[in-house]
This record gives sequence, structure tokens and C-alpha cells, in this order.
Amino acid sequence: MAALGIATGGRNWFSALALGVTLLKCLLIPTYHSTDFEVHRNWLAITHSLPVSQWYYEATSEWTLDYPPFFAWFEYALSHIAKYFDQEMLNVHNLNYSSSRTLLFQRFSVILTDELFVYAVHECCKCIDGKKAGKELTEKPKFILSVLLLWNFGLLIVDHIHFQYNGFLFGLMLLSIARLFQKRYTEGAFLFAVLLHFKHIYLYVAPAYGIYLLRSYCFTANKPDGSVRWNSFSFVRLISLGLIVFLVSALSLGPFLALNQLPQVLSRLFPFKRGLCHAYWAPNFWALYNALDKVLSVIGLNDKWFGSAVPTHSPSFSDSHGHPHLHSDGHIGPRGFLRCLILCALSSFLFGWHVHEKAILLAVLPMSLLSVGKAGDASIFLILTTTGHYSLFPLLFTAPELPIKILLMLLFTIYSISSLKTLFRKEKPLFNWMETFYLLGLGPLEVFCEFVFPFTSWKLKYPFSPLLLTSVYCAVGITYAWFKLYVSVLTDPPVRKTKKQ
Amino acid sequence: MEKWYLMAIVVLLGLTVRWTVSLNSYSGAGKPPMFGDYEAQRHWQEITFNLPVKQWYFNSSDNNLQYWGLDYPPLTAYHSLLCAYVAKFINPDWIALHSSRGYESQAHKLFMRTTVLIADLLIYIPAVVLYCCCLKEISTKKKIAHALCILLYPGLILIDYGHFQYNSVSLGFALWGVLGVSYDWDLLGSLAFCLAINYKQMELYHSLPFFCFLLGKCFKKGLKGKGFVLLIKLACTVVASFILCWLPFFTEREQTQQVLRRLFPVDRGLFEDKVANIWCSFSIFLKIKDILPHHIQIIISFCFTFLSLLPACIKLTLQPSPKGFRFTLVSCALSFFLFSYQVHEKSILLVSLPVCLVLSEIPFMSTWFLLVSTFSMLPLLLKDELLMPSVVTTMAFFIACAISFSIFEKTSEEELQLKSFSISVRKYLPCFTFFPRIIQYLFLISVITMVLLTLTTITLEPPQKLPDLFSVLICFVSCLNFLFFLVYFNIIIMWDSKNGRNQKKIN
Repeated sequence: MAALGIATGGRNWFSALALGVTLLKCLLIPTYHSTDFEVHRNWLAITHSLPVSQWYYEATSEWTLDYPPFFAWFEYALSHIAKYFDQEMLNVHNLNYSSSRTLLFQRFSVILTDELFVYAVHECCKCIDGKKAGKELTEKPKFILSVLLLWNFGLLIVDHIHFQYNGFLFGLMLLSIARLFQKRYTEGAFLFAVLLHFKHIYLYVAPAYGIYLLRSYCFTANKPDGSVRWNSFSFVRLISLGLIVFLVSALSLGPFLALNQLPQVLSRLFPFKRGLCHAYWAPNFWALYNALDKVLSVIGLNDKWFGSAVPTHSPSFSDSHGHPHLHSDGHIGPRGFLRCLILCALSSFLFGWHVHEKAILLAVLPMSLLSVGKAGDASIFLILTTTGHYSLFPLLFTAPELPIKILLMLLFTIYSISSLKTLFRKEKPLFNWMETFYLLGLGPLEVFCEFVFPFTSWKLKYPFSPLLLTSVYCAVGITYAWFKLYVSVLTDPPVRKTKKQ
Repeated sequence: MEKWYLMAIVVLLGLTVRWTVSLNSYSGAGKPPMFGDYEAQRHWQEITFNLPVKQWYFNSSDNNLQYWGLDYPPLTAYHSLLCAYVAKFINPDWIALHSSRGYESQAHKLFMRTTVLIADLLIYIPAVVLYCCCLKEISTKKKIAHALCILLYPGLILIDYGHFQYNSVSLGFALWGVLGVSYDWDLLGSLAFCLAINYKQMELYHSLPFFCFLLGKCFKKGLKGKGFVLLIKLACTVVASFILCWLPFFTEREQTQQVLRRLFPVDRGLFEDKVANIWCSFSIFLKIKDILPHHIQIIISFCFTFLSLLPACIKLTLQPSPKGFRFTLVSCALSFFLFSYQVHEKSILLVSLPVCLVLSEIPFMSTWFLLVSTFSMLPLLLKDELLMPSVVTTMAFFIACAISFSIFEKTSEEELQLKSFSISVRKYLPCFTFFPRIIQYLFLISVITMVLLTLTTITLEPPQKLPDLFSVLICFVSCLNFLFFLVYFNIIIMWDSKNGRNQKKIN
């Protein structure tokens, strides 16, 4: 009994948090799921029933395989467990098949693969120093970070309601970040390379990894003031990094190269025909651009409206604007790398091609690691997270899920704001009046979009107005957070090598 | 309180769990011709909206009492009427007379679930929050933890948001009553409790402790002075609230009689279906239902019930205290549950509420009891296809209690409030020092049995000759546990002397 007492005592708060959120995920099993559910069922069927040579050619269903090969192998592995639940889901022709056992299997596969994310969070907590900590458990940065990551609203509703497998993928990313913090560079590089071949959206942040690994791993020594010692470049290390990336890519793309299918695979992975904006507008720069364009066209100043038509801007503009901040003057440590990563993710989100609103998570999750370190970062994090999470609301448009998304959003927002305010209570307030006003404005916006608008006459004439409003309002907040982060990166004092990370 | 945001988070968590459970199936879903409690509640909206008040409780061509006739007091009927007005505004088909029988749709389910959530949010949850905030001699953290554990109690969530009922209204009113009476707002407290009784007549299980506590207070103030004034005021409050609720039914004697006949169906027998009380468990060995005539059954159950609760009530009258009041609520409600007439398995919630209130005083035993209470309703929950939410919410509740109160470290004699009892025992048996050990072993046995029975019920088929084997076993095991708790709580009450109360442990 004493042993049980210790096990359930206050020392095991991390397990309690992890178990608690897992139980909540189990309760979310009967909620609405989007077409992504059918997408993954289809991929289970494709990888199970067809030979490898057919995987990237199969097009019975409209949801063709458009993730890199490692994800396909992951679905293949899952399909071997799936056959014990319901054999019928593995039939390629069973479009939109969703028996209760299929649902149970798919939901549980997401919940169980999330364990990698839990492990990654545990590793990240080790990288946070607790010097600022108060005596109370709930005021320790490790505790706050664990809650912010494990109970992240965005992950919960995208993975466990909408249905996706972001949990374990973000687990891989956070784990690679943790390894880089712990100076285990090769492991970090390996994990990131693996991640890229699971979901190529992480290419957005690859430059940050590249620059940081080059700077901190390939240059083995620093001058006393922290800047790089140019003659300490190690070719061996560079080669070893290259080898890691090459081997992982070979494992992933090798079979398809051998089958001469590489162009087909690449065309599936990078569908540039799809247009600048996704079906739901991600709250990024193009949303603002489109909105402005629409407004101008309504007024009569502009005849063209781009909307979701074929764009005139080429993809290269989006990419090139993303990374001008990568300066390799040699003053970056792990924290600097993290800022760089977040900026890459945010820039790509704001200016990127065919961006899903879910991609905001790519910036939000790593930002959580920074938020428990400095008050300035906490402020940016809260603005980014609150607006980013609110922008995910249109993903869940069914009535039974409305209370869930509002309750979970309130839960996360109240916790994040109050805990970070308590952590940094000795410094200046986290928000100025403008920011407070903006964040509070989300409440009336939600009330208008979901409760007032459906009963007005505008619903018939302008049915997409709530989406437009949400997108534009959030785009303002996200752009502001991006700008503030950019400024803080450029103006902060350089990291000293002697500072303990 | 300074940590209001933590309390807000606790309430939000409670609401989230409630709503996610409500996404599951309800009682009688898709099971014509009778369906279940969900259809009963919809039917009452139909009846109360379309028929005049005089016909609500009477059998007629429009109101077939065999098909879910009203058998709760008038406040439930008024609540149904209120919901019916809202239903009429959204979709009149839901409550159209006769044609809406067995109506089932996603929109209707959403509406019904929302009515439960709103009732909960308005009545029960504020009472819980206020109760926890007003607790004395414990830290803010423990108050919040207490609120979290009460709000996560699986039994109430599963029955109200799964099976479908409105227990949170009557339990909420009862809790307001407890609050009022404990903090010397006696009139408001008794008003709230009268509302509770007028919502569900099962709240009468709690009526004796209220009566004894208030009577004790009057005695203490002196029956010749303030006490007498208080007594008169209380009597007037009770009578006034009853008259207000029953006004349309007091016009004719026939009306009142018919309502009482519906509320107290003495013809139905000692127990119905499987319930974890003495009579059902005893009938495994001896079928008393068939042997004894009805009026003898009523007399026997009456006697047993009152004999078992008398000591605690007398003590409460002589030494009224909020702590004694809470424990007497537990033991009284448990006595009624175990020995009374026509008890339903859901009535265990009437015992669970007071146990939730003493969670911070005896965390280990309370958590144990609340787990058993949820387990005792397992056959009902399985019938409603609520296995997943049951398991998940039970685990969540257990973890919340274990972490918040460190229950496994609180099994010493003093923490189990058995110190004075064990001192008395040691006068006769000097070597009796292993109380905590016994209780820990009993707990382990109990939990293992519950887990095994749950697994068996889910995975195996009962033998052909004994189709109810598993339900009966569950009821029997739960009944044994409840008997143990009855003895335990009575011991605490009787051995809680004035000296004991002065050595209050600060948690």
C-alpha cells in the first residue's frame, strides 16, 4: 500500500497529466470526424491490399496517398493490427466504410501513437531549467510546459476529433529539438530526417535545422566572445550529417527510385496545381491579401479577385520571403535555434503555398518551449496560441462539437494565460491594452459567427462571411506575433556560450 | 478566493467530461415499443404541454399511464413544461400529442442533452463550487481538488448525461439545502430542500437528517425562546413551499390522492429488477417477495430501515453539528437504500452526494465507496452501451482522488476517524492495533472483485440456466460493500465524541 501510495503521490504528476489527457482522448472517440478519417482508412487499404509499386498510383478513391513513404509503411504496419478489428476496412473499394470497430481502431491508433509525443514532452521538460520555480508544483516551469504541450487544444481537436496523426509526428520533432538541446546532434539530425520522410510539411523548418547543425555541430569551437571560430570546421562531421540524411532518404525513397516512380511520388507530395489558398482560408498573409482584394473589387477599384483560382505568384516568392532572417553570424545557441525554427514555421505559414490552418501547430508547439523561459516570449506565445487555436474553430462545424471546442478552448486559454501570468508576475504585465482588447475580441467574434449570424438574412447572401471574418481577424494576430518575434530575434542580446541552457 | 481561475478550470473540465459523455447513447435508444427514460422525459414534455394540469396524473385516452405515466412530484412536471415550451419553439413535432411517441433524431438528442446541461449548470455546479469554497480549515488547493473530485464523480455524470435523467436538479437543490442549513441560513436551506423533495420524492431519504438537525438546533436554542420561534418559522416555510408546488393539485382531494398514488406505488413490490440492497440479495437464498404478502413486506422494510437509522438520528438531534449532519445524511440515505421499499439502483446517487461532501474528511473510504456505487450500476450502464465512458470516467475519478488527497497514505486510524472506536475496542481486546491493515486488505479484495466481475460481464456469456447471473453477482457484491460502509459510517457517528471534535485534523 505504501508503494502504491508513492506511485500515486505528488511526485508522479507527469504520469497523472499524461493519463488524464489520454482518458479525455478516449472520451472524444464518438465525436465527429472529418474526411481525413476516410483518407487514412483508404491508405490502410491501399498499403495492405496492394503491392508497393501500386501505392502511389492507386486512385480508386479521391484521397490518394500524398505523404512520403515512411508514412505509407506506418499505415502498412497499422493495417496488420487493423485486420483483427474489421477486415472490411482494408478493402480498397469500401469507400467511406466506417463501422464502429473501424472507428475504435483508428481512434485508438492515434491515442496510442501519441505516447511518442508524451515521451518527447518528458524529454523536453528535462531541458527546461527550474531556477525561476516557486515551491509549489503548479508554478514550476516544467509543470506548466507539460500541461501546455500535453493538453494543447490544437492537437486535441485536430488529432482526436478532426482526425489526424500529428501527435507522434510532433513527438518526433520535439524529440529532435530536445536532443539538440542536449547536444546529441546526430540523434537530433537523424530524428528530423526521419520526420521529413513521414510528413514533408516539416520542410518548412528544415533551414533552421540546417543552419543550426552547421553552426553548432560542424564548427567545433568558438571564440571567447561566443562567435564562431571559422577554422574549426570539421568536414568529418559535415559528412556524417550528410550520410545520415542520405541513408534515411535512401531507405525511404530508394524502393521508388528503383521502380522509376520518383516523379510520380514527387508529384503526389507537392501538388502545385491546388492553388494558393486551401478550402478554408488559413489565417495568413494571402487571406489578408484576398480580403483586401475582395474589398477593393467590391468598391470597384480592382477587377480581379484571386480567391482560390490559379495564382499569378509563383511558389518561389512564398519560399524566398520566408527565410531572410537566417543570418549565420554565429550567435545562436539552442534557444536561438528554436526561435529560428519558429520563425521559419511562422513565415512559411504566413506566406506559404496552399497552407492548411492546421499548420499553425508547427509554430505553436515549439513556441511553448520558449514561453516558460522569458516573459517576452510568453506574451508572444499567448497571442500566437490563442489566435492560432481560434482559427481552428471552423474545422469543427457540427452542433454537438460546438460545446466541446468552446469548453476546451476556454480551458486551455484560461490555464495558459493564468499560469504564465503567475510565473512571470514579478515582471511587467504580459499584455498591453491593445493586445488585451484584441484577444478579448475573440469572444464576441465567436458569438457573432456561430450564434448570431446563422439567424440573419446575410447567411444566404454571404454564406462564407464567418470564415472570412475568422480568417482575417486571426491573420492580424498571427502576423503581429510573427512581427514581434522577428523583432525580438533581431534586437535580443547575443547568447553567451557560458550560459547554461 | 485567490485561485478563481483554477476553480474555473475545474468547472470547465467537469463540463467537458459531461458533454463528451452525452455524445454516447441514451436509455432505450432505438428500442421500441417502450424505449427508456429518455423517451419518458420527452413524453412528459408532451403531456404537460398538451394537456391541462388536472389531467397530468390521471389515466385517460390522451394520457396512458402505462406508457411512462408521470411518477415524480409536480416540480418535475413544471420543469418538463418549461422544456416543452422551448421544444415547441424549435420543432413542434418533438412534443406533438400522440404522434411524437418514440421520436428520435440527432437534433432532438442535442436539445435534450442541452436541457440537462443547463439544469446542471444553473443548480448543481454552483452549489458544488460554493460548498467547496466555504469549507473550513483546509487549504485553497485542497478546496479546488475537492471540487474537481466531486464534479468528476462518474455515477452522476453517467446517469444524467448517459442514461438520461435530471438528478442534478434534485441533488443540487438538496446540496443548496445542506449549505443553507450548515451555515445557519436555516429558512433558505429548508426551502431549497423542500424544492428538492418536490422534484423527486426519493429525496425523502435525506429528510430525516434535515429534520433531526433542525430540531436539534431548535432544542439547543431553547424551546421556550428562540428555538420555538425558529421551529414555527421552519414549519411555515415547509408548509408554504409545499402549498406553492402542489397548488393546482390541492383543489380536489381526488387530485392529491392520485398524485400520491403515482409517487408511492405500494403495489409494486419490495424491489423491482436487480438492485444492490438487502432484499434483492436476500432473495437469492429466500424468495421473500413471493412468500410474504405486500403489507407485511412494507412493514418489515419500514422496521428495518428505521431501526438502522435511529441511533444516528437521535445523536444528531441531541448533538447537532454540521459534521454530524453530513455523516448522518450518508448513513440515513444508505439505510434507506439498503432496507427500503421499491428502491432503484439509481437511488445510490442519493447516498453518493453526501459521501462526496465528506471526501476531504475521509478521502480513502469516500473514494472507495464512490467507486463501488458506480460499479453497482454497471448492469444498467452496460444495457445503455455506456461501457467506454464508464471505464474512462471511473479511472479519471480514481486518479483525481488518488493524486489530490494522496489517499493511499491516509489509512491510519486517525485519518479513518476510527481512533476513538479503536480505543474503545482496545479496552476489551488490547492487541487490536491492526485496523488500517484490515481495511487496506478489504479495499484490495473489493477492487479486485469489482474488476474481475466487470471483465467477466463484458467478455463472457452467462450460462443458459442463469441468465441474470452476472447482474445478481454484481448486486450481491455491492450490497456486501454497502453493508460494510453502513457499519463504518455508523461507527464514526456514534464514536464522534466532543473530545474527538476538538482534535480536528487540519488537512
